[in-house]
Amino acid sequence: MKPFAYTRAHTVWDAVAAVSAEPGARYLAGGTEMVNLVREGQESPDRLVDIGDLPLTEVRVHGRGVRIGALAKRVHEHPEVRRRLPVLAEAGLSAASPQVRNVATPGGNLLQRTRCHYFRDVRFPCNRREPGTGCAALRGVNRNNAIFGGSEHCVAVHPSDIAVALTALDAVVHTHGPAGERVIPVEELYRLPGDEPNRETVLDHGELIVAIDVPPTPFAARSHYLKLRDRASFAFALVSVAVALDVRAGVTHDVRIALGGVAPRPWRARAAEDALRGRRFDDDARAAAGEAATTGAKPLPHNEFKVELVRRAVVRALSEVEGR
Amino acid sequence: MYDSGQEPVRDNENRLSRRRVLGSGALLGAATAVGTTVGVGSGHGDPAGPEVLGAGGVDITLRVNGRDRALRVEPRVTLLDALRERLDLTGTKKGCDQGACGACTVLVDGERVNACLTLAIMVRDKEITTIEGLARGDRLSPVQEAFLDRDAFQCGYCTPGQIVSATALIAEGHTRSAEEIREWMSGNICRCAAYPNIVAAIEDVAR
Repeated sequence: MKPFAYTRAHTVWDAVAAVSAEPGARYLAGGTEMVNLVREGQESPDRLVDIGDLPLTEVRVHGRGVRIGALAKRVHEHPEVRRRLPVLAEAGLSAASPQVRNVATPGGNLLQRTRCHYFRDVRFPCNRREPGTGCAALRGVNRNNAIFGGSEHCVAVHPSDIAVALTALDAVVHTHGPAGERVIPVEELYRLPGDEPNRETVLDHGELIVAIDVPPTPFAARSHYLKLRDRASFAFALVSVAVALDVRAGVTHDVRIALGGVAPRPWRARAAEDALRGRRFDDDARAAAGEAATTGAKPLPHNEFKVELVRRAVVRALSEVEGR
Repeated sequence: MYDSGQEPVRDNENRLSRRRVLGSGALLGAATAVGTTVGVGSGHGDPAGPEVLGAGGVDITLRVNGRDRALRVEPRVTLLDALRERLDLTGTKKGCDQGACGACTVLVDGERVNACLTLAIMVRDKEITTIEGLARGDRLSPVQEAFLDRDAFQCGYCTPGQIVSATALIAEGHTRSAEEIREWMSGNICRCAAYPNIVAAIEDVAR
């Protein structure tokens, strides 16, 4: 591992100042992602700024919804999160292992890097890691890669589970940065790769996620996360579906459907939502939503199966949430 | 092979073990010591300013198994390497070294974590418990006894991580069913596939 200096910040201001001042500085929260990235060479910071002591650990319910501190641990265990935001609790619990969940943070989870094998293995070319070197996944084993939102330069998938759930909940992140504070919808936090896959998020250097806000919505309480993977636990999603549903008198009043494991960011399945809104919430509508969720899919040579998996997963997630 | 970021091993106990002899040659090349930078206060944040350390060796104290252990590490040294290479606590194993196998599981303030994903410098103010800290003298812990009784291993390499993880799992109360135990042991891989016996050992203790 490359040597680096270490700063332990005690205030948000100090942390932002320390990272902003140095192009080679990066934030360090739980470390479950950054320590790996530095060890394996995808990141080579001159300095890590440890933000573990910042007062951002609270989960708080207030008039405008639920505010989740960027460093809150095991958010999925919080009783109010479980009651009000089941899709988020299920997504959080489905992520990683007990050991990782004990130290990982929501902010770090949102900013984790792709698990694309060719990004993770520095011996391969990767436009995301080293711009201009090419995309080894396009011609390699691309079973785990994107069927939506990719480009000829990158077909990586964003691996976060909670980002998918938060997208279905219309959540936003609050940031502090060298240019001040701002609010960004979770879905818009991530850039699609286009011809600049190395620019993964809209965040500036030194900009720190300090909190996640989940607004009160009529669909949050009746929500569900379905995660399909190669083994029963401790694996990233091949396909996941976050659904949040507001059905009144048998008719879908409003709905959110977001997909994971299929795109460089949480993929909002708007065509599937449109197939449900204003219609009776029945088998036919759910089948139509499943079909619509695959609209625009561009599978790669090894991941055609994800298209059918998306269709079935959406139908199943909608059926499972119905009884709640 | 990854550069583990070690400085040359200093033999505190004046004892030369086989692994020291084997290990020291590889470690010598990685030694760097550029000293410690001093923190500068800032008028806006914490009046004392952030703490600034490294990138060279930093003197730290780790509280491991109830004892304060002083050592000098670079910020890049993981808790796993600090335990194994510097404090001679080699019960904690290095398997994948990327948080996927659980062989390095230790307790930090009572919670199980992957020592390979933790920098030693991050846990200076925490209580660390390793597999060596579970027994009371010659008396094994209940989980250790149960692993013996149930033959819950073959090669044994993952076993310290399994036992530390199982100890935490039982304290967490995730023992209501075999299914729940399996789910909450998912962070510990056993390539010998001793899983049925591991679950049985945990059930014995939980019962």
